[in-house]
Order: sequence, then structure tokens, then C-alpha cells
Amino acid sequence: MGSFIANTDRQQQEMLTAAGYDNFEDLFAHIPDVVKLGRELEIDRGLSEMEVCRKIESLSEKNIVFRHIFRGAGAYDHYIPSIVKEVVSKEEFVTAYTPYQAEVSQGNLQSIFEYQTMMCELTGMDVSNASVYDGATAAAESVFMCKDRKRKSVVISGAVNPAVIDVIRTYCSGRETDINVVPAKNGLTDADAVCAALNSATACLIVQQPNFFGNIEDADRFCRAAHEAGAKFVMSVDPIAMAVLKTPGEYGADIAVGEGQSLGMPLGFGGPYLGFMTTTQKMMRQLPGRIVGQTEDSEGNVCYVLTLQAREQHIRREKASSNICSNEALCALTATVYLSAMGPEGLRQAAELSVNKAHYLQKELEKAGFAPAYPDAEFFKEFVTESPVPPERLMAELEKHGILGGLPLEDGKILWCATEKNTREDIDDLVTLAGEVIC
Amino acid sequence: MNIPEELLYSRSHEWVKFADDETASVGITDYAQEELGDLVFVNLPEAGDDFAVGEVFADVESVKAVSDINCPLTGTISEVNEAIMDEPESINSDPYGAWFVKFEGISEQENLMDAAAYEKYVEEEKAKEE
Amino acid sequence: MKTIFERSVEKRKLSLLPECDVPAVDLEAADRETPLDLPEVSENDISRHFSEMAKSTHGVNDGFYPLGSCTMKYNPKVNDEAASLQGFTNIHPLQPDHTVQGCIGLMKEAEKTLCEITGMDRMTFQPAAGAHGEFTGLLLIKAYHRSRNDLKRNKIIVPDSAHGTNPASAVMAGYEVINIPSKEDGCVDLDALRNVAGDDTAGLMLTNPNTVGLFDKNILEITDIVHKAGGLCYYDGANLNAVIGIVRPGDMGFDCMHINLHKTFSTPHGGGGPGAGPVGCKEFLADFLPGMLPAGEDQLYLKKPQNSIGMMKAYNGNFLILVRAYAYIIMLGREGIPEIAKNAVLNANYLRVMLSGKYVIPYKETCMHEFVMSLEHEKASMDVTAMDVAKALLDYGIHPPTMYFPLIVHEALMVEPTETESKEALDSLIKAFTEIYDKAVEDPEYIKNAPHNTIIERPDEVSAARHPKLRYIPEDN
Repeated sequence: MGSFIANTDRQQQEMLTAAGYDNFEDLFAHIPDVVKLGRELEIDRGLSEMEVCRKIESLSEKNIVFRHIFRGAGAYDHYIPSIVKEVVSKEEFVTAYTPYQAEVSQGNLQSIFEYQTMMCELTGMDVSNASVYDGATAAAESVFMCKDRKRKSVVISGAVNPAVIDVIRTYCSGRETDINVVPAKNGLTDADAVCAALNSATACLIVQQPNFFGNIEDADRFCRAAHEAGAKFVMSVDPIAMAVLKTPGEYGADIAVGEGQSLGMPLGFGGPYLGFMTTTQKMMRQLPGRIVGQTEDSEGNVCYVLTLQAREQHIRREKASSNICSNEALCALTATVYLSAMGPEGLRQAAELSVNKAHYLQKELEKAGFAPAYPDAEFFKEFVTESPVPPERLMAELEKHGILGGLPLEDGKILWCATEKNTREDIDDLVTLAGEVIC
Repeated sequence: MNIPEELLYSRSHEWVKFADDETASVGITDYAQEELGDLVFVNLPEAGDDFAVGEVFADVESVKAVSDINCPLTGTISEVNEAIMDEPESINSDPYGAWFVKFEGISEQENLMDAAAYEKYVEEEKAKEE
Repeated sequence: MKTIFERSVEKRKLSLLPECDVPAVDLEAADRETPLDLPEVSENDISRHFSEMAKSTHGVNDGFYPLGSCTMKYNPKVNDEAASLQGFTNIHPLQPDHTVQGCIGLMKEAEKTLCEITGMDRMTFQPAAGAHGEFTGLLLIKAYHRSRNDLKRNKIIVPDSAHGTNPASAVMAGYEVINIPSKEDGCVDLDALRNVAGDDTAGLMLTNPNTVGLFDKNILEITDIVHKAGGLCYYDGANLNAVIGIVRPGDMGFDCMHINLHKTFSTPHGGGGPGAGPVGCKEFLADFLPGMLPAGEDQLYLKKPQNSIGMMKAYNGNFLILVRAYAYIIMLGREGIPEIAKNAVLNANYLRVMLSGKYVIPYKETCMHEFVMSLEHEKASMDVTAMDVAKALLDYGIHPPTMYFPLIVHEALMVEPTETESKEALDSLIKAFTEIYDKAVEDPEYIKNAPHNTIIERPDEVSAARHPKLRYIPEDN
């Protein structure tokens, strides 16, 4: 049986005696027998560390690890620098608690301060929080930032990731919120329909950039329309794309959120990921979650501390705007190290490589018989094609060669993705195989 | 303990300054600001909002706590003091100058105390604490 | 310590990505015009910078962390190794079911084991944290009442000793919170509960042992009162470490609950996350669970329950955290799991008894895995507060206990040693506390100005809140 209890039987007995108890039963004697389990748990016996490793390894071997990934849809296979993995494995960072005691947490606090700074740089906004669970919950929390007594409805572009829309619906299902999802048109946000949907009861408009189909939106019009209706403009953005595309700050958005997994976190079958939330100076106090601020100690040394805590649940309780307690601290640290390692040029390179590879893939697939679904839209690193064969058949064939193809969509189309990790050779191989399936 | 003669006081430590029967300004007392400690932020309502006696119309934040401010009147907010939102420290340094809101259309008020009665009340509160 | 931005030198960079081997594309879409001001550093700079930061961060590896209600137990390294296996890290969340039989298999096993441990029937792993789990559980309760057309139930009962996330979660789920006062002994006041429980009660949120570390013996009666009124009972799993393997929430009358994997199941705190807050429930609520649940026998697949409340986050929850917890559970197994509670409770009572000579412990009976000290007397007589004593502990390399929680005890310090601390560690805490008390009597100013040996003195939190500086600005520094 595995155990992490240091005290030996003898030491345990010594402590029992010192505390005035005869045995362990004594310690639990005050608990009514009727609620006690009174039997052994019906689970397997414990194991040694070596056996644990064997068992978990054999579980992991039942998964298929694809050597070549061409699927995105919100979770991306970007290159993770080795220094990132090294830094985020440091025991201090891994095992530390939330930095409520500033004097012994300066490293942790400063790293969050650096993270907040970098997220502001990426999105062009003024203020960032210390992160939330993921991009989808970040979008949901942004709705609560915008709602007030007179504005309770939300307009969401149908070109936003359906999983994000699902989470927003679930989050809003408790409190009176009218959610209006305006169906996408030709792979883009339907500008006319969205503008028509905005009114004096709209709290915010949410648009994704690049959108779920990979296409780049012209957000100018939406920002203006939202503001004209007195609503806030929320953009959910791909952080890698922010190295080259016009930022939410430049568009004049009120809130920029998104999924930070691309910034150094592994795919990990869905988590842990990273939800970033940034906003304007004006809306700073509406941000949920932890925030780190710079201050001085009594000797005038620059130092960092959790601040604006009176917004949070542990102080406001039922008057808090969000119940969130944690941030994804270690994931935020991961993003900080990733962005330091990439630097402005490296991030631009990752973005440009992804764009170039995706466009090459699209052209080659088109030649092989996979017509683009939205030929008039410009895309970033993902794009949608028609499929001349049932997508499942294509995927099965690709799987035999260790390739995870694009995501089959409900209407028989396929959402493809390419990043800096896909070489020309990999892409050519994929396209050849795809062509063979058609024949 | 500073307790200006010309003001009226509520049991939850707000001061009220009547301009006439239907209009008044409201803030918190010296005792209140001392109990609350260093204030870092204040959340104010909007002009046009209606409140009744006893309702929470604002709150003040210190580093580790939030305190509700209760309404001593029934009426409509005519003006809010944006300055204290930018400089919450002024509530600590000048509690009777740092008004929170102005009311109009006042129809009701709780049983407000005069300065002498409030002074006595504060003494009793302090004694309770010890 | 310099920020990473201050280490930046123009044109420094790493050599991470290759040249482009496909034609370059010039996008027509609007470009970013504002310069991207990220640090330009070498890998060596990064390595040194974060090493310096790690040295100024107190981890469980650096010393004792007796934080009440946080369960800062030792984080086994085999868990991290399990979670780093490529067979888990390189799996895309949207891979077809037949290619992730290992992941679904792990979820299935974990669900079975955790349900047996908690007395629940089904479990979702989607929630990413305890508070997230609470929100989920409350939405389950809401869905249940809605499904029976019982729409007048709009109130959730919460004891005033509860963690702040409880009422906050209730409000997020659209409920009104009814706070009930605790009795002098910190337990639920049955009369107060009976008074408020009625046909507008959707449910009760409770933890047992409660937040002052005591096991509420009336628990069956409490849950019965709520059930008889037509409400459901939600268990906040934060204190599960006290009773795991000995008492099960499902046997105490709870209908749904969350588990904090980063507390009871040893997954690391990461400096504030990521954690995981799986939600378990009895069969009658299973149909409402969010996310995808494992199904099937030989060929496993993921299935969304028929009347699911939806999705609490995208994809499958913090899967790599679940891997860590699962490694822990199978290592401890049938015999090891109850040993956790036994030793957690022993360690806490040992500390409680040994400290009760010098300090006031408001609740004198046997505690569970944690206990509360009150510094009210010291504040009155010497003006030495819970904060001061906590800061003084920092000089001993010990992380302070939880301060000022629960709210029902004044000048509270809540101590939870966990089962993984050795007798030597506990004795050194007792010694530290004793020395601090004696020093406070002799020279209270010294304690009031603590800590003295840390890299910074007490930070100015008032300025930080009044004039927030939330990002690095080059001109300022």
C-alpha cells in the first residue's frame, strides 16, 4: 500500500497519548456510528510506486498519439519550447499556495504581474486579471461584467466556437439573461443581422477573432454598432494571431478574452487550459478573479501583492459578481515563460508560419478535390472545406498513417488547421493520402 | 471624535444635512470612517435611483472588507459625488466634507439623532465593544 | 528582483522555429500596428530570471503549510510523472472516442472509485475548481426542481460559517441566499434551520466537518429537515480530508457534492491553480450532469447525459489534473485512503492540545482535521493580532495558517497540518508558536513589525488598492 504518511506506528501512538487519546477509535468516537462507513472501501488494494507507473503507462498506451495533427477548433498543437517545461516543473511554482502572504510569494506574484503585462500587450487592452479556467468560461464571465439592471441580453455571433456558446448558455442559465445567437453567414458573422439584433437592452456583443471557421472578421463595423446601441463589445481572440492581426485594443473593444492554451500548454485531452481576460481602465473593477498589483513595502522596496480583493467572493460573498476563487496560476506562468521565450519576433514567426502552412494546405487540398467552403473569406490558420467523401472514411485512412485530420463538422464539412509544427512534407503526405481516398 | 452640531445622524453612522424639507446630502461619520479603516474604494448608485429607509444604497471597501451603507431616507438620488470614487482617502481625512449622494423628493426619514444624542450613542457603541 | 522586461535587450532571442518551407502569404486583413512589447531575452536570461523567482516562492517543498481549509499536503512526484506521459499530454480533446480509450478508461475508473469513496452514484470531471463545482451542483439542483415544475424554490440556505464561494455560487445560479447563524459550538442551529426551511427552499450548502473543524453530529437530522421541506443537500468537499474512508457524504444525506482534487487528492496547488472540482451526485440527478461522461464496456465512449445542464467549460475538464489524482488514489488504495483521515485528525488534535496551553482555542472538544485559534485576547491585552502572529511565523520559514476565517471567530487563525507532516514538523510549529507568544509578551512591537527575515517587509496594500498598478509600464520604472 502506498503511503505518504511519515509518522511511524510508534510515533503515531506517542502523539495519541500526548493528545490524551488511547487509540484512533477514540479520536473518531464522537462521530455517530450510524454515519460511519464501518467497512472497508470497495476499491482495489494500494500499490507501490513502480506498480502505479506500470498501470498508468498501460492506460496511456491505449490512446493513439497522432504524430501529425491537423485539427484545431479551439485546442492547438503549437510548438512548446523546452525552457517552458523546465521552468513550470520547478517544485516551488508547482506546490506553492495562492500568494495571499506576499512576503513569501514575491516570485509567484511577480510572475503573475508579468503575465498580466504580457496579456495587455497581446490584446492591446489596459488591464488583465490573473486568469480564469479557460477561454470559454472567460467569455461567459465577460457577459457578467457587462450586464446591469437595464441591460440583460447578449448578442453572440454564430461564428463563435459552439463550445464557447454552450458554456455561455450554461453560465447564464441561472440568472435572467436573454441569449441571442445570430447564425453565421458564409463562414463569417452576419453583420446585418447582428446590427439588427442590437438594442437598448443589449449588454454586450461577442465576436471571435479569427472565428470558429478560421476566418478573419472585420470587427470595425461590429464595434461601432455595439457602441452605438450602448452595448459593450467583447472579442474572443487567438493569442498567437494577436502578434499580427489588429488587436481588440486597436478596434476599441471593451473586453478581450480568449483561450491561452496555445501559449505553451499541451493539448492534454482538454485541460488544464488558460482563460485570459483583459479590459479597459474603465472596466477594471468589473474584472472577476485575482489581480496582482505593484506596490511598495514599508522600506520603499518595489513589491507585488494581490489587490482589489474586495471584488472577490471571499470578501463580498453573495454580493460578488463571480464565485471564482482560483486562477490557473501554473498555466499563467506557462504563458509567461512561453511569451518570454518566443519574444515579439518568435511569436510573429509562429503566427506567420501557421498562416503560411494553413494556406499551403488549403491550396493543395483544393487541388486534390476538397473545395473551400467559404472561398470569399480570408482565413488565418484554420479553414473549412467541403468533402467529396464521407469525412469518417477519410479520417480512418489518415489515422492508419498517424495523422489526425481536420474536424468533421455537422454539415459534412471539415475544419482543418495547420501550425508551425506541420512541415511541407507532412502536408504533402496528408494531401496525397486524401487524394487517394477520393479515388 | 468629530460630531458637527448642525448635522443629523442615523443609527448606522451616516450623517444627513438637510438643505430644505425635501433635499439633503448624506455621508458617513468620523466614527464610521475610523471603524472602517483605510478606505480604498466606494461603490455609489446612479442619479435617478430611488431608495427607501434601510435599503443599502452604497458600499465602501477597505483592503479586506466591504461595508454596506444604509439609507437613512426615502427619496431619489439627484447627484453622486464622483470625487470620492477617485479619492476614497478623502472619506477618511474629511468625512463630513466627503458627501456620498444628494437626495431629492424626500418623503420619509428614519428617526435621526441630533449631535448630542449621537455623541451619547457613539459612547454606548464604544462601551459595547470593550 | 528585476522584472523580465527589465532584462530585455533589443534583438535578443532564442532559436526555436525553423525557416518557412512553404510560400509566404500576405494577409489582406487589418494588421496589428501597435508594437508588440514582449521581452527580448536569451534562454539563459529566462532560466536565471525564473530561478530567482522560484527562490522567492514558498512551496510545500520549502516548509510547512498549515493552512486551514486548504489541505496543503505533500504532492507526490509520481503523480506529475503520470501526467507528463505523452500518451496523455499529446491527446487532442476532439479525437474520436476509439482513439482515446485510455483517457476514457481512466475517467471511468476514477469515477467508480471516487463514487465509492464519497457515496455518490455518478460524477462529472468537467468543473475546474471547487467553486466551479459548487456552481455546477447548484445548477443540478435547479434543473431537478425545474424538471418537477417546482418553480417556487428560489432560496439556498448557507450557514454564516461557510466559505465565501458558497453564497457567491448560489447567487451565480440565480438563487437568493438565506444565511443561518451558527450556534456557540460552531454547529448548525437546528431551530434556525427549521425556521427557514420551507417550500421555497431549493437546497442547503454545507460542509461537514464544518469550517471550525468540528464534526456536526446532527448531520442526519440537518439533511432530513431540508429533504422534508423538499430541498436538496449539497456537500462542499473542501474538508473531505477529515473523514475520507471513514464517513461518506452520500451516507450523511447529501445529494450532490464537489471534491477538491487539489486538496484531498494531493494534486499540486500550482500557486493558485489549476485544480479540479469534480461533482458527484446520486442517481436521480445523474441525467442533469454537465459535460461528457464515460460509457460502454469493452469499447468505451463519451456520452452527454440526456438532460444535461450543458457545459461548465469547453472539453473534458482538467484531465491532466485528474491523472494525478488517479495515480494517488490507486497508490493508496483500500487501506491507504482511511489512513489519510486518521492521521490528518491525529495531527490536528496533537497540535490543538499542545498549543492550548498558551493560546485560546475556542472549541475545546476533539477537532477533526483542522482547528481554530483566536487571538482576540492577545489583541485586547497586547494589541497583537492574528495578522501579527501569522507574519511572525514567516520568520520561522513556516507559512502562516489561514487568517480571519471563518468569520464567526474573531482574530481567527485556522490550522490544518494534514496527514503528511511528520511529528518533527509539528513540534517545530509548536515551538515557533510558543516562542512568538513569549516574545509578544516581552516585546509586542517586535511581533507587530514582523516579518523581519523575509525578502520584503509588509506591503502597502492600501495604496495598491487605491492606486492600482496592474501592469509593468516602462516609463514608470
